[in-house]
Amino acid sequence: MARIELRDLAHAYGPRPEREEDYALKRADFAWEDGGAYALLGPSGCGKTTMLNIISGLVRPSEGKVLFDGKDVTGLSPAARNIAQVFQFPVVYDTMSVGENLAFPLKNRGLPRAEIEERVREVAQMLELSPMLHQRAAGLAADAKQKISVGRGLVRSDVAAILFDEPLTVIDPHLKWRLRRNLKEIHARFRRTLVYVTHDQNEALTFADKVVVMHEGQIVQTGTPQELFEEPAHRFVGFFIGSPGMNFLPVEGDEAGLRLEGTDIVLGRELAAQARGRSGRLELGIRPEFLELHEAPVADGLEAALTEVQDLGNFKLATVRLGPHLLKVKLHEDAAVPQARGWLRLPPTRTRLYAGGRLIG
Amino acid sequence: MGKTENNKAWFLVLPVFVIVAFSAIIPLITVVNYAFQDILGPQDRYWVGTEWFKEVLTDDALQEALLRQLVFSTAVLLVEIPLGIVLALGMPARGAGASAALVLMALPLLIPWNVVGTIWQIFARGDIGLAGWFINGPLGLDYNYTADSFDAWITILVMDVWHWTPLVALLCYAGLRAIPDAYYQAASIDGASRWAVFRHIELPKMRGVLLIAVLLRFMDSFTIYTEPFVVTGGGPGNATTFLSIHLAKIAVGQFDLGPAAAISIVYFLIILTLSFVFYNVMIRVGTGSSKS
Repeated sequence: MARIELRDLAHAYGPRPEREEDYALKRADFAWEDGGAYALLGPSGCGKTTMLNIISGLVRPSEGKVLFDGKDVTGLSPAARNIAQVFQFPVVYDTMSVGENLAFPLKNRGLPRAEIEERVREVAQMLELSPMLHQRAAGLAADAKQKISVGRGLVRSDVAAILFDEPLTVIDPHLKWRLRRNLKEIHARFRRTLVYVTHDQNEALTFADKVVVMHEGQIVQTGTPQELFEEPAHRFVGFFIGSPGMNFLPVEGDEAGLRLEGTDIVLGRELAAQARGRSGRLELGIRPEFLELHEAPVADGLEAALTEVQDLGNFKLATVRLGPHLLKVKLHEDAAVPQARGWLRLPPTRTRLYAGGRLIG
Repeated sequence: MGKTENNKAWFLVLPVFVIVAFSAIIPLITVVNYAFQDILGPQDRYWVGTEWFKEVLTDDALQEALLRQLVFSTAVLLVEIPLGIVLALGMPARGAGASAALVLMALPLLIPWNVVGTIWQIFARGDIGLAGWFINGPLGLDYNYTADSFDAWITILVMDVWHWTPLVALLCYAGLRAIPDAYYQAASIDGASRWAVFRHIELPKMRGVLLIAVLLRFMDSFTIYTEPFVVTGGGPGNATTFLSIHLAKIAVGQFDLGPAAAISIVYFLIILTLSFVFYNVMIRVGTGSSKS
């Protein structure tokens, strides 16, 4: 177990990177605290796997250092770092039985036989693999194979961290849920540092205490699921997390407040002060869950045209037009839906201001 | 149910049947004809039953040739399969080096067999051949493949290794490239040694291509004819008279078509049986029927 620190880290796969686009991972300082359950969330190609492989030592970063508990391990191999990693597709050793597969990492480290057997039995029980310990691993189904891969990570009691690289991609949905629960239980019991890479926000939000969101090779926000939902630090987080994502309205700052682009509507007077002197495109962000839609005029209400209402079972999703802009509003399933036009209110405490994509107020 | 019975569909397989008939079945049946009859002319033949078989199976020359053939094929497999695996493991995985290695490996395979024989016949000659001269001169060994049986054997074996190991290497190389990176990454995380990676990842993943390599090399080496015929002509004495050279001597040298046909059938059955054994052994090995 260890605190994993990334110092001045950057990575480019090509030789001689010059422009910022050449970097798969842009310069970052970051620390994974000991014993945390982290999800590393981001769209495909954002550098999540690169980040993971740098932590485990499969990839050597082109710049910067990796420290485990303050010790520089940048030059060490994965085996020397004593780290466990589970990959997207299950890796099992076809020539061995399930039990031998689980014992393999311990055997390679020369542990005494009795201890190996003890650990293997324990892990097999945790992952519900006990009945098939003597079966060959080659002929098993994908989910059992992935459990073996996970088991090989868990079987070592002294690993610095266990890294998961989208481990449930090949697993059936109902088994996914069970395996994820398994992992949570294991984390609760052993308090190992877990880093779980995924592009599925549900997976990330249900699994982790802390979610790290990556976008285009950069960490854009780290926080609890609630923080990510309520205070997206970056336009991308607002858009990527939540279904549907955050509404963004382009605005221009003037004396009265923030004027909605292409209209005379003035919004967010409270936020106008923060906008002053900022460079970059100004945008107001508000979650569809927090937007209010009224049938009759209300104070601070903006008249908006209703273009579409979708009934999605336990909630309704309304699309409204405010000037030239479209917004999504999430309504309770029993909520009264206005006909053709309604009055939209942006609660000031839930409205965020972004400049150049970054949260400023 | 609801299946329509339509025997006309059989016509669809007719082209394949015709091709196979002309390429395999008819020639084989012709050989069977000759093996059980003494055919002197189109209208002039006698049924001899298993007489030819009894004659050839008790023939010392045939037994010796068969033994030589078995020893040769065993040696070929024992040298070429491990060597091919080692070469494949050593070949670069990507970049310009990979292309260069592939071209280099493919070169011996592109040369016609009788040319391979001619190349080695000259190459190994003590007077004008580079290899022969080098072994006799600077190395100081007494080497003459036209006079010494052991030297002749070594020459044929080295030639075959030079000619065909690249095939094994290329097959293994293809097998190795098909292993996903995650296996190597997992092994390095698990702290596996280089040997363990080979034993538990590379070798099992190469099973399919190795099966093909073993079968091809066995069948080809067991029917080897052109190269030793060009290099040694089966000599010195009968030292490199392999089964096919023996057969050709009887069939087209002495024109004893009956015994030759009998030998052909025995020859064919041996190859068929051994290939069947190889196939089944290799399919089963390491899949649970045996303990690893």
